[in-house]
Amino acid sequence: MATKISIWNRKIITQAAMDSVLKLDPRKMMRNPVMFVVEVGALLSSLQLIRGLIVEVPGSGGSSFETQITFWLWFTVLFANFAEAMAEGRGKAQADTLRRAKSETTANLITQDGRVEQIAATELKKDDVVVVSAGEFIPGDGEVIEGVASVDESAITGESAPVIREAGGDRSAVTGGTRVLSDQIKVRITSNPGETFLDRMISLVEGASRQKTPNEIALNILLAGLTIIFLLAVVTLQPFSIYSNAPQTAIVLISLLVCLIPTTIGGLLSAIGIAGMDRLVQHNVLAMSGRAVEAAGDVNTLLLDKTGTITLGNRQASEFIALPSVDEAHLAEAAQLSSLSDETPEGRSIVVLAKEKYGLRGREIHKLGEGHKFIPFSANTRMSGVDFDEREIRKGAVDAIEHYIAPNGETAPPELQEIVERVARSGGTPLVVAENRTPLGVIYLKDIIKGGMRDRFDHLRSMGIRTVMITGDNPLTAASIAEEAGVDDFLAEATPEDKMALIRKEQAEGRLVAMAGDGTNDAPALAQADVGVAMNTGTQAAKEAGNMVDLDSNPTKLIEIVEIGKQLLMTRGALTTFSISNDVAKYFAIIPAMFMISYPQMQALNIMGLTSPTSAILSAVIFNALVIIALIPLALKGVEYRALPASKLLQKNILIYGLGGLIVPFIGIKLIDVIITSIGLV
Amino acid sequence: MSLSGWFQIVFYFALLLLITRPLGAYMARVYEGERTFLSRFLRPAENLIFRFCRVDEEWEMNWKEYSLALIAFSLVSGVALFFLQRLQGYLPLNPQDLPGVDSPDYTGSSFNTAVSFMTNTNWQGYGGETTMTYLTQMMGLTYQNFFSAAVGMSVAIALIRGIARRETDHIGNFWVDTVRGALYVLLPASLILALLLVSQGVVQNLNPYETATLADESTMAQIGNESGSGDSVELKQAVNTQTIAQGPAASQIAIKQLGTNGGGFFNVNSSHPFENPTPFSNLLQLFAILLIPAAFTYTLGRMVGSQKHGWAVFGAMASLFLAGVIVSYWAESRSNPLFPGNVDQIASETSPGGNMEGKETRFGIANSVLWATATTAASNGSVNSMHDSYTPLGGLVPLANILLGEVIFGGVGAGMYGMLVFIILTVFIAGLMVGRTPEYLGKKIEAFEMKMVVIAILVMPLFILSFTAISVLMPEAGLSSRNNLGPHGLTEILYAFSSGAGNNGSAFAGLNANTLWYNTTIGLSMLFGRFFIILPVLAIAGNMAAKKRVPSGAGTFPVTTPLFAVLLVGVVLIVGALTFFPVLSLGPILEQFLMSSGESF
Repeated sequence: MATKISIWNRKIITQAAMDSVLKLDPRKMMRNPVMFVVEVGALLSSLQLIRGLIVEVPGSGGSSFETQITFWLWFTVLFANFAEAMAEGRGKAQADTLRRAKSETTANLITQDGRVEQIAATELKKDDVVVVSAGEFIPGDGEVIEGVASVDESAITGESAPVIREAGGDRSAVTGGTRVLSDQIKVRITSNPGETFLDRMISLVEGASRQKTPNEIALNILLAGLTIIFLLAVVTLQPFSIYSNAPQTAIVLISLLVCLIPTTIGGLLSAIGIAGMDRLVQHNVLAMSGRAVEAAGDVNTLLLDKTGTITLGNRQASEFIALPSVDEAHLAEAAQLSSLSDETPEGRSIVVLAKEKYGLRGREIHKLGEGHKFIPFSANTRMSGVDFDEREIRKGAVDAIEHYIAPNGETAPPELQEIVERVARSGGTPLVVAENRTPLGVIYLKDIIKGGMRDRFDHLRSMGIRTVMITGDNPLTAASIAEEAGVDDFLAEATPEDKMALIRKEQAEGRLVAMAGDGTNDAPALAQADVGVAMNTGTQAAKEAGNMVDLDSNPTKLIEIVEIGKQLLMTRGALTTFSISNDVAKYFAIIPAMFMISYPQMQALNIMGLTSPTSAILSAVIFNALVIIALIPLALKGVEYRALPASKLLQKNILIYGLGGLIVPFIGIKLIDVIITSIGLV
Repeated sequence: MSLSGWFQIVFYFALLLLITRPLGAYMARVYEGERTFLSRFLRPAENLIFRFCRVDEEWEMNWKEYSLALIAFSLVSGVALFFLQRLQGYLPLNPQDLPGVDSPDYTGSSFNTAVSFMTNTNWQGYGGETTMTYLTQMMGLTYQNFFSAAVGMSVAIALIRGIARRETDHIGNFWVDTVRGALYVLLPASLILALLLVSQGVVQNLNPYETATLADESTMAQIGNESGSGDSVELKQAVNTQTIAQGPAASQIAIKQLGTNGGGFFNVNSSHPFENPTPFSNLLQLFAILLIPAAFTYTLGRMVGSQKHGWAVFGAMASLFLAGVIVSYWAESRSNPLFPGNVDQIASETSPGGNMEGKETRFGIANSVLWATATTAASNGSVNSMHDSYTPLGGLVPLANILLGEVIFGGVGAGMYGMLVFIILTVFIAGLMVGRTPEYLGKKIEAFEMKMVVIAILVMPLFILSFTAISVLMPEAGLSSRNNLGPHGLTEILYAFSSGAGNNGSAFAGLNANTLWYNTTIGLSMLFGRFFIILPVLAIAGNMAAKKRVPSGAGTFPVTTPLFAVLLVGVVLIVGALTFFPVLSLGPILEQFLMSSGESF
């Protein structure tokens, strides 16, 4: 499902074309006041046209003109419907892939009396317990309560590598539609049929049950208000025209009305909303409501966990710092030897660093000869190491090594203390290496900050978004990493309660907070945050608490989510501005055309030099319809987004969509006038 | 156009710019209840009023209570004024023995006037010196001049508070705000202005009218019916005396300008030599028209804590104002194409050139167009020249100023809250383009605000367009009042309803509006044009006050930049133009084209 679905997918277009006709149903059109008015206008002019075929209507501009206008009015409605159907079509295509994952499976329900009973997955209810064995599909969203299994989640994440799901801890959540590859697990189902997040997502992208978002509602009120104003302006124009001895035909007045009301944004508004949800899905993020997407655009503060978001998940050895009396290569060799069997990422990074810096090849374990013995890390000694050939190498935290070299409480050499402190201050973790109870030096384990994070934080800052790093590290280490990563603030030694308190404080100051989390202990904070993104690998509790789920479980994606939210809002604003600016040119086309015959002096207002009154009105109506089609790609893709301060963004968008919206229709209407005149349509 | 004309315009504007800051800051202190340099004298009076009226100045109202108090106060004032007019014949201070208004036959004039003064419109369907007794002028009209203005200012302050405060229901106390506005701002300023005007020769007495014998006897021709026969004939009448009206004019004129009321003491308003005798009195009154509305921009900035925002709003208003002055001055100074070629219309030492019809020679073109622009920009409505006599384009400027919603400085308070409605609209449309849901000074603009904004911007088109349209379809009640035919006649009717719904009150003249139809419909326009904007505005104030305030930063929509001012101007112009362009194209625009080709009405 991570695949992008092209806008110009033939199947979607055909389906959308059919849907746009079905959407003419006035009961559906009522939802969109602007387009409803156009539909009524089209209907009235059709009736007028039919009447004209039966009886002679005086003062009409010729039936060819009336026929064409009527057709274009219907096209205007159809084009707007088409835009919405296109957006829904793309959503449906996404939903179909989602649905495929949800295909009919059977569940092995464990009944009250402990028997296993086969039932259809759709009949599963909350709190049912099922057993899933290797090769079977997990029948619904739930939590592993017993066992460990590797699970193929590629159906929903697109990631082919299997993941481990086990009872207890933070990796207990499983998703319906994924497949168990090995072992057997017991799963407690956590949602009723039709309420899984897959179900919710499907209905959201399909647009069928889509609720209007708060900003969309507000915008709709404005558009309805503008429609009423233009209705007033056009309805009262007839008395004024009669007064001026230049009465107008109904079809001309309807044309003027349709051109003036904000059809461009009115026709594209719901498409923009659906497309915004869709973009999230393409980023493998499932949002529980459109409201959450809007809120994402408004976020002021991002809370980012250090580990996994800002830094790579694990620390890496970045330097060997030997004591003055020790050769650095010797330290490196000892460190490497002690880490050969250490399969932790830190251990591996030590082997790699020694190889890279000193050309020490990681020796195969068997080459160490007989009698070698690896000492694994134990919570008791808090050291690991290796014994062979009279050598006894140990590595560990400074106090553990101190205890090892001087069990009677003597202190380590001051040089060592000094190195250890230096490393800690610069945000690293010191790991002391000792051989035969003599310290050699320190391995500098460093948090590696993900590439490009600094830039992204700079961008966020210029957009007015503050980033706060959350970490369990001590304040000293946290400060140093925070500075290196370029975040605005940090919360060190953070407990879940601290996190919650920080969110509350930010919100009390009027800010909107976004955060990502996966553990059960993150759940309250996820629920409290305005945008809470739960990791798909996380617990069910976390997923329920947040309002989005990231299928890739990549907390860095929080930044993209914010950008998608902003893009959605910008697209709405840009097209509203464009739509309203368009009206200026349309007035200059239609008003002189209406009165030129009675008052030839009005020709002066015909600044586009349109050929005739009929061609002017027809051109404006055609432009009005075509511009909807022309803007569908923009509505679906969203306007180009760049991380800029608000004032720069505004300047840029005003120039393109405000000024552009003023100028483009002058050119467009003139062009259409030239074309329809030259091919003799008027 | 002349250099001295431009100089006067620039000088006037510089004066306005200078006073904006000190007066704006003073008003902010007054409404915040802080001490000012006048507190020493006025505070005791204020306390007395509060104690007498049992007003607890610490107690604050939510928007519904505020609205209720405002409506009740306006209603009582309006009804009182209605009866004062009807009964004035029986009351003192009536040296001319004027009868009650609307007696013996009710033509809607007293209703119209009561509404007109209560709504700060001051549309006058009557002639002051031939209709109103001194008592009505002073106790009815001057009183309303003060309090309708103070009410408007209170609404603006309540809205500003709503924007500035957070997480509260309270937007102030209507009684406290209104008393303070009248006591600390309007009263001292009026006192000074009235004295200055008297020094220029504006009358202030309670004398009966004087009768003067004319040195030059003249003949007045009138079309009328000779008793008995039904034919109209021209009646000639020798005139050798003139009645010179008197009265307590200066005190009413001062507040008429300061409170953007505009209702003249005399019928011809500020072109009357007793109402506006000298170029200096003209400057003083012009200055008084825009004084408080301009200062309000600074008050806004001060109270919401963003002085730059206040100046951005000032900038937007100023550019619209100056554009109007320039267009009008240019249009009126051009030669009239209807005159034969041998008529010299070039400005020279001895001739002002251009179109001087309907203008006073002591003011000339520059001061007439400046006044016409200021008075319509500010919903003042007083005139020192007759807008009906302007060229179509020159007359379009005052009309457009009104149609844009009376927000180019606008009425005292009314201009501010009207402009704030447009600001919210601007922020909503353009705000989305920065990628956040729209917010104004940290307050989110949501569905409720948009609903109220839409109601507020719908009111003017609804009443202006509908009543004008109905009027042009009624030959008897509507069309017979016109002085002119064709597009000019349409403009006359359109102007009357615009002036009413916009609460401006200036007359285009040329329309006899003192008929039952016009008195009633214009009265309704004024009533709805005032309160159907005030109520949504107070609702916005209440709703915004309850919201959290999002701290502003690099990501929030900038409302302090020149770009914002440009956007605001754009939205005001586009909303106004899109609504009224069709009717204007058949009125002044068509008339201008026809005049160019030699046709007049």
